[in-house]
Amino acid sequence: MKEKPDTLEQAVLTEYKYGFVTDIDTDVIAKGLSENTIRLISNKKNEPEWMLDWRLKAYNHWLKLEEPKWSNVKYPIINYQDIIYYAAPKPKKQLNSLDEADPELLATFEKLGISLNEQKRLTGVAVDVVMDSVSIATSFKEQLSEIGVIFCSISEAIQLHPELVKKYLGSVVPMTDNYFAALNSAVFTDGSFCYIPKGVRCPMELSTYFRINTENAGQFERTLIVAEDESYVSYLEGCTAPMRDENQLHAAVVELVAHAKAEIKYSTVQNWYPGDKNGLGGIYNFVTKRGMCKGDHSKISWTQVETGSAITWKYPSVILKGDHSIGEFYSVAFTNNHQQADTGTKMIHLGKNTRSRIVSKGISAGHSQNSYRGLVRASKQATNARNYSQCDSLLLGDKCGAHTFPYIEVKNKTAIVEHEATTSKIGEDQLFYCKQRGIDAETAVALIVNGFAKEVMNQLPMEFAVEAQKLLAISMEGSVG
Amino acid sequence: MNNITYFKDQFEQLQEANPKGTIADLRQNGFDAFTKDGVPTYRNEDWKYTNVSSLFDKEYQIAENSAITLTDVNAVRLPGYKQANELVFVNGHFIADLSTIRSSTTDLIVLPLEEAAKGEYKEIVATHLNQSSNYLNDGIHALNTSFINGAVFVHVLKGKEPEHPVYCYHILDARQHPALAQPRSLVLADENSRLQITESYTTLGASDSFNNQVMEVVVKENAYVEYYKIQNDTANASQVSSTHIRQIGRSYVHTVTVTLNGGIVRNNMNLVLDAAGNETHLYGLYLLKGKSHADNHTLIDNLKPNCFSNQLYKGIADDTSTAVFNGRIMVQPDAQKTNAYQSNKNILLSENATINTKPQLEIFADDVKCSHGCTIGQLDEEAMFYLRARGIPKESAEVLLLQAFAADIVDQIKPELLRSYVSKLIYEHLAIQ
Repeated sequence: MKEKPDTLEQAVLTEYKYGFVTDIDTDVIAKGLSENTIRLISNKKNEPEWMLDWRLKAYNHWLKLEEPKWSNVKYPIINYQDIIYYAAPKPKKQLNSLDEADPELLATFEKLGISLNEQKRLTGVAVDVVMDSVSIATSFKEQLSEIGVIFCSISEAIQLHPELVKKYLGSVVPMTDNYFAALNSAVFTDGSFCYIPKGVRCPMELSTYFRINTENAGQFERTLIVAEDESYVSYLEGCTAPMRDENQLHAAVVELVAHAKAEIKYSTVQNWYPGDKNGLGGIYNFVTKRGMCKGDHSKISWTQVETGSAITWKYPSVILKGDHSIGEFYSVAFTNNHQQADTGTKMIHLGKNTRSRIVSKGISAGHSQNSYRGLVRASKQATNARNYSQCDSLLLGDKCGAHTFPYIEVKNKTAIVEHEATTSKIGEDQLFYCKQRGIDAETAVALIVNGFAKEVMNQLPMEFAVEAQKLLAISMEGSVG
Repeated sequence: MNNITYFKDQFEQLQEANPKGTIADLRQNGFDAFTKDGVPTYRNEDWKYTNVSSLFDKEYQIAENSAITLTDVNAVRLPGYKQANELVFVNGHFIADLSTIRSSTTDLIVLPLEEAAKGEYKEIVATHLNQSSNYLNDGIHALNTSFINGAVFVHVLKGKEPEHPVYCYHILDARQHPALAQPRSLVLADENSRLQITESYTTLGASDSFNNQVMEVVVKENAYVEYYKIQNDTANASQVSSTHIRQIGRSYVHTVTVTLNGGIVRNNMNLVLDAAGNETHLYGLYLLKGKSHADNHTLIDNLKPNCFSNQLYKGIADDTSTAVFNGRIMVQPDAQKTNAYQSNKNILLSENATINTKPQLEIFADDVKCSHGCTIGQLDEEAMFYLRARGIPKESAEVLLLQAFAADIVDQIKPELLRSYVSKLIYEHLAIQ
């Protein structure tokens, strides 16, 4: 931790490091949402008729819904007419290689420390970069297509693989699911699409970096991952966003489908702009993420490290439909200053002998509020369902809050469900132990917090683990009183 | 809903008969709130798992006069009654003639609440009555408040430790028509006093009954309060029983709730820890069969520092029963050094039974130690095997294990007579297949 400041004050003043606006020509449509907006988006993306119909259906349903109010977060009323629903970097000619990409854009990623060239050469990670709403460069596509893996932007998939998109889009998160999912279904502009054919083990981690750029542009990403029988894929998602004073809404939908004996591992490191130390600005991150273990013996694992966003409101869930399927959820949510997080998971046990495991670690500092909200449901037919949940909260400072709302619903007598939660501050004895050995308070706290989150960090793929640990350390700076 | 009109008529009659005073004003507020909020639905987070609308589509009669005699009272007496102050409530109204107060008035005051609200306890009643509405702000609580009538005021005087415990018998007469009772009580344990209360519920007759009870307990400095609730009524007997305890001085409270039989049973056990250094223990046991639905909501609101609370609720759901537990611990910004523990353990015995549990922690202070845990599972196979291997038949082995499971809670009933009584009830309850 080289950048570590010496005192609390200094650290609190540490500005968001990734706050800059890239100056690229963008193609922006007028603010506001109506059927015409949707037609315009669809038209701009040159979509087939069925896609437009689907969007309009979602929009009409959305009109009937009310914004949900049950979450433990507070934010000013969102004016959905004051959002730009489409912003794409000006279409240029089709790129054959990264060398043809906008040099300024490449420099942006350089600043973020995710140089494509670097990654392409060194790590072997295929990156489907989403800049605002349209994919601009996709690497390693050829290598992947050789083994039959489709990894492209969702708009491309709509053009090239309409039958797959038609079959799976909305199959896990229906457009009627909730307020934000309906909104997303109506106006989504881009996202990633992955298809792993039968028996294929994807040789590399698939990864997307999201960036919000144009001012006032809400992002409505749509990600769809389908793993056919006996396949495996690990997907990485990471976010950084430039500094903004006005709040930006981000309502993404992620759908995962795992067929028999398939495994999907979905990892997220989220570091959107959290607002300044007075709670001004920052991203509203209202996301619907859900995976369906469709086939027997399938497995879906969510791992998330949440350090950013003014408000994080999401519950990556798993529907355990296939017999013997497994759902996992590992989460570290760190909130500082005036951040609010209401996050957790849902494990819906439907099949026999299904298992799920939830490990959630919440760390609150400053004036932040951090809630875990989870649901474990064992339905009547879920014989031998097994769940273990653990949610621990750590409080750093006396102005923050940590809350736990686990819902457990069991209708099967062979189900075994366990839940435990603890909330505490860092143990005086642990601190004393470290200090006694000559470790200063701040390093000691970092050490203890890292240990606290270790169980989750261990679940991250190598590429992310390093970044995540660094993020956690940066976010935590100055929270030690 | 016909009932709403009926309630309105009854309410107006009641107000006409007793138009003036603090209580009449409270009733008016209560009824306004009830008219506004109505009966809670599952959309209300606090009532997500318990549907009470079915309780409101019956033709209740709020009858004050009922042919309950001393013989009926004899049948519902709890062991040790000869040494106890017995308070009898018939259809929700405190009946002085059937009650027996054994403690001297220098130790314990028992008065109709209406009387207390006028006399020397005026101030106390005005200060403490209906503080519960700050926490229980739904239509059901408001309905009780709109019918405060025949309520009772119990006051343990400063420094007194009455040797006779308080037994409250709630008798509902559903022999002719569905009975609705809305008992209300205000209990004050003054400084340095000691109080033990036990409540039991009995419905007579085959019709449905609905007991919508609110008891408010105020505990002052250095007081010690034990509270026991025994619910073993008929399958037609439903209740919403709210116990709202405020520890406004550094004090000790110990409660045990046992639910064996009943229709829809909802218990709100609220503890407001409004003084530093309070200590609270909450225990609960629900052993459900048939179609019973038991919902235990606990709330511990830590307002001041250095409080300790411990909760253990255990339950078994058999047949088509449903058990709900919702435990909420709140730690306010001032309540540093709070230690709050909560545990909920459940056993599911039948394919058709349901358990919903929701332990909640809401913490706004940093120097705290809070934890909750909950489990849902079955009887331990190894323990079962151990017993079976020693020639104990399956049924007996099951009863034995379930009794052992329940023992953790039964042991928390401190008076020996009551403990063995509950223990016997549980054995009978479990052994009948």
